[in-house]
Amino acid sequence: MFIAGILALLVTMALTLWRTLLGPTLFDRLLAVNSFGTKTVLLIAVYGFMTGRPDFLDIALVYALINFVGTIAVLKFFEYDDLGSGKYQEDDF
Amino acid sequence: MFDLLIMAVSWILMIVGCVFVVSGAVGLVRMPDLYTRLHAASLTDTGGTIVIGLALIIQAVFIFDNNMAAIKMGLIVFFTLFTGPTASHALAKTALLCGQVPVDADGKPILDSPEEATLLARSRPADYRHGEDAKRIEDEMDALNKKRRGEG
Repeated sequence: MFIAGILALLVTMALTLWRTLLGPTLFDRLLAVNSFGTKTVLLIAVYGFMTGRPDFLDIALVYALINFVGTIAVLKFFEYDDLGSGKYQEDDF
Repeated sequence: MFDLLIMAVSWILMIVGCVFVVSGAVGLVRMPDLYTRLHAASLTDTGGTIVIGLALIIQAVFIFDNNMAAIKMGLIVFFTLFTGPTASHALAKTALLCGQVPVDADGKPILDSPEEATLLARSRPADYRHGEDAKRIEDEMDALNKKRRGEG
């Protein structure tokens, strides 16, 4: 069962990487990278169960959170050309 | 008998999750436009994580007899349930704000210009009620609509 899951996840990650290399716009690439990160979390979890050591779930948990934070940070950089200040939001309208 | 039932349920959940995940990736490669790709990828991301996570939780509780692993897997599913849609929403909004115009089924843009996409992304209902510059956004949208009606 775990081997089937890992094979499906590897196929998925290959297709996602293909879109990352292909994607015409920046947002396509970012979407594909975000999707790749989610699949990595699942792959780590399923691999941990396959080898009989579910302790790998700690790594998967941290990876899930970092993946989300990274995506939001890159998106904020696109939107405001800046990561720290909020001053662009005030004169944005 | 009970073990067989547990294995059957987690097999079915795992297969369903694999179908979700692979179909999402195929959609991500085959769809024609950024927003349709976003639809395919984000829905199957969240759904596949939930279903595969349920399969792994069942395995952890009944086969591995490891409740801590089940709790951690539940936390991963819980976080993904929030972070997946949030990231997709932020991505779609930033794409619209940066002037990515959505296209319809025939491949024609549904908005006239990237500037109109930016305006559409900035016009939130809250701003119309409370914001100081709500009037300006409203006027700009009106002018764009008028122009579109005049040309069309």
